[in-house]
Amino acid sequence: MPVMTVREALRQALHEAMQDERVFIIGEDIGRYGSTYGVTAGFLEQYGPERIRDAPIAESGIVGIAIGAAMVGMRPIAEIMSVNFSLLAFDMLFNHAAKIYAMFGGQMTVPMVLRTTNGWTQLSATHSQSFDVYFAHMPGLKVVAPATPYDMKGMLKAAIEDPDPVVFIEHTLMYTVKGEVPEGSYTVPLGKARLAREGRDITVVTYSRMVHLSQQAADILARDGIEVEIVDLRTLRPLDMSVALESFKKTNRAVVVTEDWQSFGTSAEIAARLYEYGFDYLDAPIARVNFREVPMPYSRNLELQTVVTVDRIVQAIRKTLS
Amino acid sequence: MVRHNDHAHGSAGASPALLTDSRLDAATLIDYYRQMVLIRRFEEKCQEMYTKAKIGGFLHLYVGEEATAVGAIAALRPEDHIFTHYRDHGHAIARGLDINALMAELFGKVTGCCKGLGGSMHFADVSKNFWGGYAIVGSHLPLAVGAALGMKMQRKDSVVMAFFGDGATNCGEFYESLNFAQLWKLPVVFVCENNLYAMGTPLEVHSSVTELYRKACAFGMTSERVDGNDVLAMREAALRAVEHARSGKGPVLLEAMTYRFRGHSAQDTQKYRTKEDIERHRRNDPITRFRTLLLNEGIATEQQLRDIDRMIDDQVEAAVRFADESPEPGPEWITQAGVYAAPIAVDPPIHGE
Repeated sequence: MPVMTVREALRQALHEAMQDERVFIIGEDIGRYGSTYGVTAGFLEQYGPERIRDAPIAESGIVGIAIGAAMVGMRPIAEIMSVNFSLLAFDMLFNHAAKIYAMFGGQMTVPMVLRTTNGWTQLSATHSQSFDVYFAHMPGLKVVAPATPYDMKGMLKAAIEDPDPVVFIEHTLMYTVKGEVPEGSYTVPLGKARLAREGRDITVVTYSRMVHLSQQAADILARDGIEVEIVDLRTLRPLDMSVALESFKKTNRAVVVTEDWQSFGTSAEIAARLYEYGFDYLDAPIARVNFREVPMPYSRNLELQTVVTVDRIVQAIRKTLS
Repeated sequence: MVRHNDHAHGSAGASPALLTDSRLDAATLIDYYRQMVLIRRFEEKCQEMYTKAKIGGFLHLYVGEEATAVGAIAALRPEDHIFTHYRDHGHAIARGLDINALMAELFGKVTGCCKGLGGSMHFADVSKNFWGGYAIVGSHLPLAVGAALGMKMQRKDSVVMAFFGDGATNCGEFYESLNFAQLWKLPVVFVCENNLYAMGTPLEVHSSVTELYRKACAFGMTSERVDGNDVLAMREAALRAVEHARSGKGPVLLEAMTYRFRGHSAQDTQKYRTKEDIERHRRNDPITRFRTLLLNEGIATEQQLRDIDRMIDDQVEAAVRFADESPEPGPEWITQAGVYAAPIAVDPPIHGE
């Protein structure tokens, strides 16, 4: 099976989606600039400016236009270059995209995808955030954050084909992650978690880039004979907990790893579901590994103490097992 | 680029040859009267039903602004599109939405235009290309621009008309939308209903430029101020704007000068203006003006118009009965099936559904 990067998998998905005349891409610097993270590089030359729409720096407008176009039969893909800029479009997402189907009594759908990216690397406080929980909090949105090239391609295709608005969360530090991607077109269904690694001692519940860090932590612990099972949620809304709960009922211990602030964050919801539905199987308090709760510092030294590291995951697992 | 009608807010400009000037037949002119009276009576009935607690939430009435909706929407074809704001009853009625379904919506009934899920501020009917009332000021304008982009990309010659108030012209989305629409030459007609107040804040207190059509200048966009209380002037201006947009020349901003006789909402005590202000504006009532015109010009007789008034009273009463007797929406609307076009079952299910 061919091996490719997350970036290449996303590009394949978008190329395949562009075969549908209703699909177009709108965002900042997606065309002439060559795409900030290279995902749509060359698309302008191939598909032309009508379907690869370089937009003014106006996030609310970009997302609002995608919504309006989706309502009248298009299949827009709006790109918000960095999730940090998405706050400017939250009204569009929350008050329109998420509500139009329900509020108007099911008369109209909003089949749009918002692609955006989390990430950090000495970008300081305003450029190193994760708003996964804000998106995931909102009924009416579907929110996905895959981890592997295979899922990136298949879930982006599924998101574009879905009649509801989907927020598709990528990660700047994942575009070069490699993995197997089969030839040809396929979709991976939204709302289905997967088992990323089998193990009998403890369950790590996570998603997106933290799947890869959890794998590294599991590799380290494996040297000590500790078997870590990893559940990749893949979709945050709706949240499929079946795989995590099945694993938890076997291991009776869990660590939740998410790359966001802890208080009221995604890990809070995930842990709550484990307690709610897995209480009888609980052998130890569920641990959580997240960003330290500070605006991200610029200094590399402090930044590395703020983010989630393999070492912190290893420590949390050891503590939960002790 | 900018056309300014100096006669805005002036007299009705009655011409002895109204039929020739307007290029409309008597039946059409009388129908504009019918639409305006229907809006007025519907709104008055809403106020009454609100007082009786048949209608809940916020209630923003369109009384006094009828000519703007009727005149502007008269310029559209059925395949054109409308996006509007929370004071949406007038636009819905002018677009021909079934008033039974509108009253039922206000009563929160499943026979409502949105199954009772939207309420007063969120009327919609896709079968009429009426894409909804939106209640976050200014925020629907990018949606209208997006729909226009959709029309252009689908090679359709439909235009999109977007209604909003003077208050919305201070929102960021207004500027983003005007820029996008002009930049991409999209078929949008922006209709600003300048009723002189952003909720309770007077125009000169909320906007650095009070001739709002001039805000289009920054984008090189065609714009025009029009007497929004003159249904025929409104229609003429809208026809020019729609033709401009449909022919691929890009968007137009219309500023319709109008006035609401009621408060911002049913609870408004109107401390920000005097009774005298309101009375002065009442002399410019769009319905009285048009009624007088039709009578003076011999287009309709007093009896004809009285018959129309009576018919509308009956129609509105029937809408109330329909709404009252209609069933409420069932609990299926508060499951995931009510929230998503394609709900995804998860395990454990949300709320145990």
